[in-house]
Amino acid sequence: MKQLAMIAVAVSLLAACGEKPQTLGSPKSDIPPYAGTGSAFTAAGWKAGDKSGWEQHLKARQQNSQNDYSRMN
Amino acid sequence: MARMKFICDAERCIECNGCVTACKNEHEVPWGVNRRRVVTLNDGVPGEKSISVACMHCSDAPCMAVCPVNCFYKTDEGVVLHDKDVCIGCGYCSYACPFGAPQFPSQGTFGVRGKMDKCTFCAGGPEENGSQAEFEKYGRNRLAEGKLPACAEMCSTKALLAGDGDVVADILRNRVVQRGKGAEVWGWGTAYGSQKAGKAPETGAKS
Repeated sequence: MKQLAMIAVAVSLLAACGEKPQTLGSPKSDIPPYAGTGSAFTAAGWKAGDKSGWEQHLKARQQNSQNDYSRMN
Repeated sequence: MARMKFICDAERCIECNGCVTACKNEHEVPWGVNRRRVVTLNDGVPGEKSISVACMHCSDAPCMAVCPVNCFYKTDEGVVLHDKDVCIGCGYCSYACPFGAPQFPSQGTFGVRGKMDKCTFCAGGPEENGSQAEFEKYGRNRLAEGKLPACAEMCSTKALLAGDGDVVADILRNRVVQRGKGAEVWGWGTAYGSQKAGKAPETGAKS
């Protein structure tokens, strides 16, 4: 009985010496931007989930807002 | 779609800091953290130029290479983002970045360095698009709202261009042809590679 108790105490003391596995986590998967946000502030002219529509919308927005040569001439 | 890119036309930048203000306001970035800033080249010398600098979302991002916990990832659009739940705030990315983009808030006890913060190309982070959690950690997700980065859309002289790399290059090329100067784009080769990158130096040239 005494031996069993000694073993139990030794096991519980040595339990702290065990090493937990440390795996390197990876970033969470991101939702693509063309999936939309459902927000009321979403720009009009494309549908959420439509990848090519989103791309065309962004290209048009880029030309309209950043290419002043195309706006002035 | 081609990948997303930033470009700053030094011939047009007037150092108004509108891009910096737009970024801070859009994402409610805390004091001490500047995702974007305006830098003056050859300050005080006649002909000095100013450029707006932030994370350039490099093609071969050095921050991704050195991160010991692999918190970075690149989206299909070429935007380099990071997961703040994985970041340990070690600062290695800060040493690796040629643009000084990674920022570290020091709000904790004894000014302890917090998790890294940087420009997201207004694309949020790995949280759900447009969620409160995403906004609090990474700022607004304008790309998912069909908009371009706030800094570029706010730029009064259209010096800062952002969006599809092909369109950005076309706009700048047209400008250079029209005005006949200003083809040198600071940071473009470093971020997105150049024709000289990876090639052996010319014979007799200094290394």
